Amino acid sequence: MAAPFSWIKPEPHGIYVEPADCWIDPSRPVDKALVTHGHADHARGGHGETIATPETLAIMDLRYNTREGAVPVEYGETIRLKGGVDATYVPAGHVLGSAQILLEHAGERVVVTGDYKRREDPTCPPFEVVPCDIFITEATFGLPVFCHPPIEEEMAKLLDRLAAHPDRCVLVGAYALGKAQRVIAELRRAGHHQPIYLHGAMEKMCRLYEEHGVDLGELRLVADHSKDDMRGHIVVCPPSALNDRWSRRLPDPITAMASGWMRIRQRARQRNVELPLVISDHADWGELTRTIREVDAHENWITHGREDALLRWCQLHQRRARALALVGYDDEDD
Amino acid sequence: MEEFAALIDALVYTRSRNEKLRLIAEYLRATPDPDRGWALAALSDGLDFPAVKSSTIRILLKDRVDPVLWTLSRDFVGDTAETASLLWPTPDTPPAPPSVSETVELLSAMNRKTVLEELPKLLDRLDSSGRYALLKLATGGMRIGVSSRLAKTAFAQAFDVRVDQVEEYWHGLAPPYAELFAWAAEGADPPDIDNLPTFRPFMLAHPLEETVVDLKDYAAEWKWDGIRVQLVRAGQGQNAETRLFSRSGDDISATFPELLEVLPMNAVLDGELLVRGSTQGGEAGGAASFNALQQRLGRKTVSKKMLAEYPAFVRLYDALLLEGEDLRELPWTERRGRLEALAPRLPASHFDISSIVEAADFEHLAEIREGSREDAIEGLMLKRKDSPYIAGRRVGYWYKWKRDPLLVDCVLMYAQRGSGKRSSFFSDYTFGCWDGDPDKGADLLPVGKAYSGFTDEELKKIDRHVRQNTINRFGPVRETEKTLVFEVAFDSVHESKRHKSGLAMRFPRIHRIRWDKPPHEADRIESLRALIAD
Repeated sequence: MAAPFSWIKPEPHGIYVEPADCWIDPSRPVDKALVTHGHADHARGGHGETIATPETLAIMDLRYNTREGAVPVEYGETIRLKGGVDATYVPAGHVLGSAQILLEHAGERVVVTGDYKRREDPTCPPFEVVPCDIFITEATFGLPVFCHPPIEEEMAKLLDRLAAHPDRCVLVGAYALGKAQRVIAELRRAGHHQPIYLHGAMEKMCRLYEEHGVDLGELRLVADHSKDDMRGHIVVCPPSALNDRWSRRLPDPITAMASGWMRIRQRARQRNVELPLVISDHADWGELTRTIREVDAHENWITHGREDALLRWCQLHQRRARALALVGYDDEDD
Repeated sequence: MEEFAALIDALVYTRSRNEKLRLIAEYLRATPDPDRGWALAALSDGLDFPAVKSSTIRILLKDRVDPVLWTLSRDFVGDTAETASLLWPTPDTPPAPPSVSETVELLSAMNRKTVLEELPKLLDRLDSSGRYALLKLATGGMRIGVSSRLAKTAFAQAFDVRVDQVEEYWHGLAPPYAELFAWAAEGADPPDIDNLPTFRPFMLAHPLEETVVDLKDYAAEWKWDGIRVQLVRAGQGQNAETRLFSRSGDDISATFPELLEVLPMNAVLDGELLVRGSTQGGEAGGAASFNALQQRLGRKTVSKKMLAEYPAFVRLYDALLLEGEDLRELPWTERRGRLEALAPRLPASHFDISSIVEAADFEHLAEIREGSREDAIEGLMLKRKDSPYIAGRRVGYWYKWKRDPLLVDCVLMYAQRGSGKRSSFFSDYTFGCWDGDPDKGADLLPVGKAYSGFTDEELKKIDRHVRQNTINRFGPVRETEKTLVFEVAFDSVHESKRHKSGLAMRFPRIHRIRWDKPPHEADRIESLRALIAD
């Protein structure tokens, strides 16, 4: 009999499931890929076969035109792979369509979280705790300084600033997949029903969210409107556009950015952000450590982010853990 | 403290200078005495609480957070105060927050022993922003993009007074600046500083760069390689006192006691602090290298041996005040005349006058400058003959014309995370030269460290290079593959026992990043050694 868990192999370019000859979130094209969610660093184009939730496949199709070889799996559904490996997709609460993947083989259970959070999010179903032997977790915000405040506080900060400057607009930099739609949905939940203006790069993804039943209220394109139309309104753009010439068409914008990194003052300053909004789609330190406790796996593998600190926490709490050195995961935009 | 913390946070996130001025001015108008005076002190020169050190914060936090997690957090955040403010556990029912004055009072009363009990009590009374403001205030130096000058300008703007008047009174007063607020805000008489040995702000120079000046209008002087100082004597009879100030206005009198008893009249003099020797300008130059002066700098007490081995003197450039008369409005030529007339009354043991460099025209002067490296002099100063002495850097009056830097190709060896604006970026680089022929297996030896000379875009690229080419980690330091060549510019190179290579560069900075250059083509130690000046 093979050694326990020898069938699952962390490699620099992804996690390889040997008996099934497939990869999870590979950072280069492979024959068969299991993809946790649609962010570019996890979902790359060019695979022979891509197994993911229908929402993730729709996102990948929008980005890479990858209808070929798409195999949809619903949340809670199990598919049988080669070599006696079962894969079950479970909500991860990160963005629309995001899933953890539970792999079962020879009576052994491994969960790969992809990216996840434990907070409520109107755009996707919440993370579910899945008992397992090996828990492979992300660690983007794996330092005790990261504690994301309640999102209501951040929305109030944003709306207060908007109200104080009726002649200006607030330009919110937010990652185009997930963060932007969540911020808009949360603004609606906070009672903000004014039209929200979008950078052109955000439109298609917002429409895709709406097609999947996420209500984003009235959205308008910046390109279709004059400076004066946008006074006193919120404009959402990708982080890269914040300090771009593009923003010159806006009425004296107050620069805001929605990201977990905004917890650190100097990070906000590096991006010339005047109004930092601490909003993240990743688990903060409290959520990461709580999840490790709740999942209570025999062993924890830490993929990307601040793995040193989470590893240390596991040591201090007598939990077995190791850090995997995966390449190609980029966490700067969250 | 809440309002002060809110001001600090607002300043951190504000880019516009005008908006910063408005925020500070508004705070100064709305806040009562003495809170606003302490706040102004914190924003400008910073307050000093000897009991509270960065290490104090570390000790407190390591008692409450796992030391490894603390270190990892600190490295990532890049700022001890901010890390601590984020990690400090907020009590369930925090007591009422203190005012700024109460905070200052409590911090002043702490000593090395009590601080470990008292500072936590203060931290418990504040939220995360308040803790950040408190720790920044307590450790001195806010580092939030507000210069001392900006704070004073905001003060002037708040109460509609002239900023040069604020500068003039500033150094004669102490926090919380009651007299200054009484004068500016309440219309009281201006503070009396005439009989105090206070620092007057320096007049500074712009780099000459491509500018060409006419020597009919400008006089040239050597730019000596020491430190710029101001020597001030004020008071009458027994009460007369002499003090020595550095360029930033720090009182460095205690470090150079031999200069405190030798000025025979009341005056404010501007000059270069040097050590006797023959490196700069040869025997006639009379001054040792900067390296020699460095042996004297930063010492709180000075041994007799030090005084004898490295005797200091002041080479005078200018006179601001002389025996009760303010000369600053006069043109440079007249001030120079007064300085020359003063010379015979000063002891030659501790003073001389920086000589004028005579040149037929600008081109001739350029030739003279070329030779300044051999003389181990930093370069030339050009001063407009009709320029008054004005605090700060005014365009068109004074220029510094440094000799061209030396260049050497080095290989990146280690990178360290920066702090402040560059926290989380690998922005401090240690580079080396080959100790022999790299193709025959020679090693690199570190020769210097630089953290400037590149753009933000280049920083991002180097940062990526470091992350992708790390071969070893030592806490915040990464050792990289020895593949990236920097062309390093520096002013001079000296023998040094501190480095394994035996060399130390002055003012090294990254001149160009040679992505194209193979590392084995970088320079060898011996070529750097050949450039040693002293």
